[in-house]
Amino acid sequence: MSPLRHLDSDDLPSVEELLRKHYKEMTPEDKQRVLARIREQVERRYHVTPELGDPPPLEGVEFVYGLNLSRCIGCRRCVHACVQENNQSRSPEIQYIRVLEMQKGSIDVETSDHHYDPTLVPNPDKYYMPVQCHQCSHPPCVKVCPVEATWQEPDGIVVIDYDWCIGCRYCEAACPYWARRFNFAEPHLPADELNPNMAYLSNRPRSKGVMEKCTFCLHRTRAGRMPACLEVCPTGSRKFGNVLDPDSEVHYILQHKRVYVLKQDVGTVSRFFYYFDERGSRYHEPTAPALAGDDA
Amino acid sequence: MRRFFTFLGDCCRLSCAGGWRYHLWMTLLAVGVVVGVYAYCQQLVSGLALTGMSDQVSWGLYIANFTYLVGLAAAAAMLVIPVYVYRNMHLDDVVIFGELLAVAVIIMCLLFVTVDLGRPDRFLHLLWRFNFPGSMLTWDVIALNGYLLLNLHICGYLIYSAYCERKPARILYVPLVFVAMAWAVSIHTVTAFLYVGLGGRPFWNSAIIAPRFLASAFAAGPAFIILTLQVVRRYTDHPVSDDALFTLRRIVQVAMLINMFLLASEVFTEFYSGTQHSSSGHYLYLGLCGHHALVPWIWTAISMNLVATGLLMLPASRRLRVLNSVCLLSVVGIWIEKGMGLIVPAFIPTPLGEIAEYAPTAHEILICLGIWAFGLLLYTMFVRVSVPVLAGQVTYARRRARDDRPPAVAPFPSTFANVAASIAACGIDNLEACRYDGWYVISVRLPHGVVSGVARLARSGFAFLLQAFFPGDGKHRVLEQHAAGAPWDAFGIEPQAIVGLRIVMRTRERTHLVPRA
Repeated sequence: MSPLRHLDSDDLPSVEELLRKHYKEMTPEDKQRVLARIREQVERRYHVTPELGDPPPLEGVEFVYGLNLSRCIGCRRCVHACVQENNQSRSPEIQYIRVLEMQKGSIDVETSDHHYDPTLVPNPDKYYMPVQCHQCSHPPCVKVCPVEATWQEPDGIVVIDYDWCIGCRYCEAACPYWARRFNFAEPHLPADELNPNMAYLSNRPRSKGVMEKCTFCLHRTRAGRMPACLEVCPTGSRKFGNVLDPDSEVHYILQHKRVYVLKQDVGTVSRFFYYFDERGSRYHEPTAPALAGDDA
Repeated sequence: MRRFFTFLGDCCRLSCAGGWRYHLWMTLLAVGVVVGVYAYCQQLVSGLALTGMSDQVSWGLYIANFTYLVGLAAAAAMLVIPVYVYRNMHLDDVVIFGELLAVAVIIMCLLFVTVDLGRPDRFLHLLWRFNFPGSMLTWDVIALNGYLLLNLHICGYLIYSAYCERKPARILYVPLVFVAMAWAVSIHTVTAFLYVGLGGRPFWNSAIIAPRFLASAFAAGPAFIILTLQVVRRYTDHPVSDDALFTLRRIVQVAMLINMFLLASEVFTEFYSGTQHSSSGHYLYLGLCGHHALVPWIWTAISMNLVATGLLMLPASRRLRVLNSVCLLSVVGIWIEKGMGLIVPAFIPTPLGEIAEYAPTAHEILICLGIWAFGLLLYTMFVRVSVPVLAGQVTYARRRARDDRPPAVAPFPSTFANVAASIAACGIDNLEACRYDGWYVISVRLPHGVVSGVARLARSGFAFLLQAFFPGDGKHRVLEQHAAGAPWDAFGIEPQAIVGLRIVMRTRERTHLVPRA
């Protein structure tokens, strides 16, 4: 038993944590208490006072994400912006977005290269397909969770309560998009890199032994901002918005563009789709790709 | 109630008593358990990063062992069905070993799932929010715990009835035996559905997985039971007929054939159609893009299973020695096939086509060995207790008769006169009449005659006798002087003092000083 003396006191559940209720059963007062406890934990560990909240889903909003395959150049800036925004562990680094370098003429992910050199992009013979959580309408990960630690919010975002997850990794096995990540080791996050703008269900610091995943940056998007991966994208390949709003960009794209849903055959009806430009694609231009410009 | 506690006490005492082989075996297992606990404590501190698992291959050796052991637990059903449904009485005497195996194995299953959890401290969340019937894992929790309780009840009731020398009331266990049979099938089916239900993993998402689970379980389970029965037969005098072994052999034979057939169907489907969905199968059997960590495993498993199936078909396997090796081959072959061969390849390549290989780390292996050692320890204890109790050698009546008798001897008679009095009070004049198992009978010839003593170990028995004649520190003085070269007769003990040192079979009473004819 001697290795147990190295056990961090934060690893042991406090009485309060053991007796807490499931997120959906908490009263507003319970939530305030839990948020206060987490704020205090973050302050103790990172010496930063976080702006921790629990923004509720907005009425009449269903978020969808579109990604323009004609424009993406595979620079992986979205990957790193996501890590910074969402307070992922830096060592070992956990990334929610995986950019695949695809063979032209194939949509088979098994022929893709995951470990291409980002300094050599864009390769004119390839196209790039970033994959992250598709926030499926019929999420298999939610279905398989034995303790309901993960669920779908009314705005379509699939979230995890990191304080409820038991770490069985069944959801990770169930996900057809390989979008879930597990904290195999204690997450290591330098205090000066901590993003203090955080929400209970998205980017608050996680503990060892629990799952995490992309939440469409709900601490930003529920406050009217765009996800971090979209903001950083230099090519404008990423489009995000409320699909129920007929004036939104995503609504327009879904109606007018050539849209492709990855692994549509698994039947999870995802809220993440890929689309192609008829004109203005970098593949139609003999010279270097346009990094900016409107979406023709 | 008092009777039940006496029963539990007797069970504990029996499980601590045995010959040197038993003690050596138990010590080895206990060491294995301790090493496993140590490795698990390290895993608790550092997290599952100590294992070979990754986000790519997120289940490994733990879940592989879990899957295999769920299959092994079927052994009980395969013994029970012939007896209770087909009235095949060859197996009547050995059914209980199958059920005890089920109990030990299900406990191992639960341990394997627990060590795989990232946050075992939160397992109580299962009670507060139980995602039933949505999650197959919750079905599995019910199936496994239910099966554990059913088998615990059946074995416990039968053994306790034998202890009380009562005929077990059929109404209290036969209906449950039938429930347990159906339940045994359900634990496999539910565990198979755990994997089959995942649409994103084409390697698992195939209807053949559940039938294959059952077939391989019904081969590996009875094969393991055959090996156990051989051990029981060798080291106890519990009746195990050859016919019982041959009935089991037939079950293994049929189950192995079906298993190989289903394997062939699966391999055909994977390779003939050549669709993209077969990349995990390719990886498993042939290797993919220069990665072939699992190829040696699966071909070892397949060749073991093929050899076992071939031998089972031949009359040669009616020879018990051949049958033993066949069973060993099937148990190991199916372990690889159900473990490394079913769980790991489903993760390779990942749903996004990345190939990341998996190899278990030393920590992982030690934890697995620890759980196996614990399971074997439990099972050995179960068998150790149940054999004498079922044979009617340890019963409540006997126990009471002994407890109620006034103590025959003072624990340490200090003079020879006392020793002689003790012998007379003991009232036992024939050594063979009270048979002792694993206890040393030591006879020492003194000027006054021969005195025998019985003790757990030869050395302590001898010391015990010395104590009788040389009270207080006298014993140590004698031993020291003897060690320093003083002959035994200097103390009144003849040179050939230790005239008898032998082990006789089977004890129920830890007594006392017994005269020898």
